[in-house]
Order: sequence, then C-alpha cells, then structure tokens
Amino acid sequence: MKKQTLAATKVSDFDRLNRDWYIDKTVQALVFIGGISAIIFIIGIFVFITKEGFGFLVGDFSFKEFFFSPNWRPTSENRATYGILALVAGTASVTGLAMLVAIPFSLGTAIFIAEFATGKTREFLKITVELLAAIPSVVWGFIGLAIMNPLIIDIFDVPVGLNVLNAGIILGLMAAPIMTSIAEDALKAVPDRYREAAEAMGATRWQVIYKVVLPAAKNGLLGAVLLGVGRGFGETMAVLMATGHAINIPTSVFDSVRALTATIAAELGETAVGSPHYQALFTIGNSLFIITFIINLIADLVVRGVRKG
Amino acid sequence: MKTMFEATPINHKNLGRQKLFRFLLGSMTALLIFPVILIMGTLIYKGAPVISFDFLFSNPTNGMTEGGIFPALLGTILLVLVALLASVPLGVAAAIYLSEYAPDNWFTRIINLAIINLAGVPSIVHALFGLGAFVIFFRFGTSILAASLTLAIMTLPVVIVATRESLQAVPMAFREACWNMGATRWQTIRRIVLPNAITGILTGVILEVSRTSGETAPIMFTGAVFFLPFLPQGVFDQTMALSLHLFVVSTQVPEMPEAVPYGVALVLIALVLMMNSLSIALRMYLRGKKKW
Repeated sequence: MKKQTLAATKVSDFDRLNRDWYIDKTVQALVFIGGISAIIFIIGIFVFITKEGFGFLVGDFSFKEFFFSPNWRPTSENRATYGILALVAGTASVTGLAMLVAIPFSLGTAIFIAEFATGKTREFLKITVELLAAIPSVVWGFIGLAIMNPLIIDIFDVPVGLNVLNAGIILGLMAAPIMTSIAEDALKAVPDRYREAAEAMGATRWQVIYKVVLPAAKNGLLGAVLLGVGRGFGETMAVLMATGHAINIPTSVFDSVRALTATIAAELGETAVGSPHYQALFTIGNSLFIITFIINLIADLVVRGVRKG
Repeated sequence: MKTMFEATPINHKNLGRQKLFRFLLGSMTALLIFPVILIMGTLIYKGAPVISFDFLFSNPTNGMTEGGIFPALLGTILLVLVALLASVPLGVAAAIYLSEYAPDNWFTRIINLAIINLAGVPSIVHALFGLGAFVIFFRFGTSILAASLTLAIMTLPVVIVATRESLQAVPMAFREACWNMGATRWQTIRRIVLPNAITGILTGVILEVSRTSGETAPIMFTGAVFFLPFLPQGVFDQTMALSLHLFVVSTQVPEMPEAVPYGVALVLIALVLMMNSLSIALRMYLRGKKKW
C-alpha cells in the first residue's frame, strides 16, 4: 500500500514542499548577484566615467585636437587646449621600453623555472617572483626617484635622471614578475606527454623546449605579454614619480615625458568638479578604460584559442 | 671501436647547445632577481635606522619632516578593514556561484571576462570611478567609505579567483556523496565544500589585504589626504594612508630628511611582503596537509 502512495506523490512535490529547497533557491539567487557583480562594476565604471566626462565630449572636445595635438594646456587663460598626443607618446615610449626589458627577461625566467629548475631552486625562484610581483607601485616610484635617478645621472652623465629610461626600467621590473608567472602557467599547461614523446625520440631538453613546448604554449605566452602591456600601460604612481612629468614628445631615452595615467593623478586634485579640465581628465580615463578593455579582450581570446585547440 | 650508443658529434653539438641555453636562461633569471634584491637591500640599509617604536606610533610633526607615521599606518589598516567587509562577502558569493552553480555557457564566459577586465582596469581609472560614483553620485564625500569601496571593487578579482580555485580543488566525489544523502546544493556547499576550502579562501583574503594596503592611485581622490591633524572618527572621515604618505614625503615636502621616505617605504613594503609570505606559507601548509 505504502508503495502506491509513494508513487502517487509527484517528484516535483518532493523537491518543492521543503524548507531547505527554499533556502537553496534563496542562496542561489544571492550568490548569483555576487556572480554578476563583476559585470555590473565594469558597466558602472564605464557609465560613471562617461557621465563625468560627458560635458567635455559634447562641448570643447574636438577629435582632431584631442588625439593629434601635442598641446596639453588645460589651464591656459587665453585658450585652453586639450591635446593628448604628447601624453600618448609619453605612455607609449615608457611602456615600449618597459616591454623591451620585461618580455625577454620574463619569458627567459619563466622557461628556466618551468623547464630547467628543479626542487628547492624552483620553489625558491617561484616564491621570489611572487613576492616581487607584490611590491606596490608607489614603492617602485620611490625607487625610481631615490635610487635610479642619481644612478642614471652618474652613469650617463645627464642633467636629469627622471626620464623614459628610468620609468621604462622601473616599469619593466614591475611588469616582469607578473608576466613571468602567467607565462610559467602557460608552459605548465603543456601536457607532459608531449615532452615525454619528444624525449623518447632522443631530443635534448632544449630541443624539447624549442621545438615542442614553446610552439604548444605560444598563445599562452602571447597572452602573458599582452597582459604585461596592459599592466604597463595602466600603471600610474611609478610612472608619475619616475618620468620627470614634463610634457614632451621624446626623441631619446633621456628625455623626460609625461604619461596619460600620471596626468590624471597629478591634475585631478586641482580641478573644480564639472569644469572642462576635470571633464577632459575623465575623457582621458575613458580612453584608458577602453584601450585596456580591448587589450584584455584580445588576451582572453588568444589564451582561450589555445585551450580549445 | 665505436659502440652503438656512443655520442655522435651531433649529440655533442645538441648537448652543448642545451648547456648554453640553460646557462643563458639561468643568467636572465638571476639578472631579473638580483637587481631587485639589491634595491631591497638599499631600502633596508637606508630605512632601518629610522624605524623605531616612536616612528610607528607617534604623529608626524614639523611639516611631516619629523615624528612618526601613526595616522598613516592606522588609516591604511582602516581602509583595508572596510574594504574587506565589502569585498570578501561579495567575492566569496561570486566564487560560489561560478564554481557551484554557473552553467558552462556564454553568460558565464562574460562574467569571467568581466572579472579579468576588472583586474586589468588601470588603478587611476578605478580612482575616477570611485570619485564619480561614491564621492559625488552617492554623496559619501571624500571619506574612508568611498576610498574603501573603490579599493574593494578594484581587488574583488583577487578574492574571486582565489576562492574559486580553492572551491574547485574540493573533489567532485565529496559533493556527489553529499547529494546522494539527499542534501540540497546549499547544504552541500555549507557543510562539505566551504569547510574543505576555507584555508584556500583565507589565502586569497590575505593576498587581497596585501594588494589593498599598497594601492595609492585609487584612494588619492576618494578619501586619503596628504595630512590630517587628527585621527579619523568614523567611516565618513578622511584619513591619511601609508602608500599616499610615501608619495607625499618623497615628492611633495621640501627639505625632507633623506631617511624618512626610506623608512616609510620600508614599513609599507614590510607590511605587504609579510602578508604575502603569510599567504604563501598557508598555501604550502595546505598542500602538505591535503588528504586527497
């Protein structure tokens, strides 16, 4: 008899008429809010930055002046000009030099840690790299200011040591540990059976790395480089303190420059909320946001490409 | 007489090349690490003489050229605590959703992309967002609350990623066993998954503390100020902060004694690296203890 009543109860009744079921659904809804919070924040960042800079975009903004004029004179009394070309050149030169330093060293280090180092050495190197990645950017800026600056003046016999070279090296040292750990992950993601197969054919360690591991990890490594570029591009405090902060299209690594991020950090405090200058700074921020968004998107697509393959 | 397995000239060439590259890559590693260790040595050498009980626990005096850094230290601790209150519940919830509930579809992929992007947005852009949203739109003013919320959003990906990883490290069989006993998904998460993942989550939280305490740009316009004659009384007050203090004493104050910024830098870096080491130690302890 009992069996019949059990069969008469629908499966859905079992599920639903239960306090635990409701708790479960509530929690699911709550954690879902957490899950979509990242999307909300990304949209929120874009909306609020655009909103604060909107008056400039519809007012003083001229596409040609903004992107192609090297004159950033937002406080000029006669006629304020808002050209970010020199600032873009500053950011590009510093990031470019930083990548010149960081890419070979971080990829080399990643290969050494993942493929050559063993046991204690490997553990030590991994922890060191992780700790280096944790040093705050303001400390790097201070290092550029207090240690690198006199060093560059001494070695190269130049009047000012706060320049593209200084900021580039600082930024390179900053980005390298992060790129190293991402690149190492990419190398580790290459299945061991690839290596074993190559070794079984009589390949040396280096041949295995060069002919098998690197081609297989190519996309992951490219992703690491892109994320490093994004990092360098968006870095603020170190660049503010080590570049010399002078508006300049650099012709040599000993020229002082000024970066996009640093301009916002240095000037935002002195502008009145809602003034064209204030809004122009938000518009720079918006460009930074969009560019890093695109870099991250490409990095994600590149890395995901390798996982599907 | 030559045997079959004797190394041929080609073998010698290849082995020589392997040694060469091993040496090259090893030197690159050394070249990357040694300058930084040297720099840290300099920081300690020049900064250590300044550090004293008074330096840590007294107010700055005489235009910040003398005295200590107590308000900045306290400010950083307050900022970090308030930021944690906001980001840990949200981040853990997000990680639980992604690890335990989210289906493998385009929407989940967008969430993951948003997390990666949130981590990649320049810190100064977070500062602009904090200013536009919390200081102006929500009318928190430049306050600890506004600065901490900005920091919380910026470091949210750290908590999410670390928590998700430790949740996913709990074997699927644990969950299946629990479901088979008739437990709901939430009961399984609360009784089985979370207890097994808690140390890993803690690792992520400590890492976030480290990240949060070093950030400067996001708090510059949202709540941290150069100098305050009094300590903050609540979350709607402004505060000094260690990271901004380092920027101020190294760039904004004329005739600053050389040793003071070194001292501030040393305290900041010690704080950050201690947190990181703790997180690493916890992770290693966890790895040693794992039963499955």
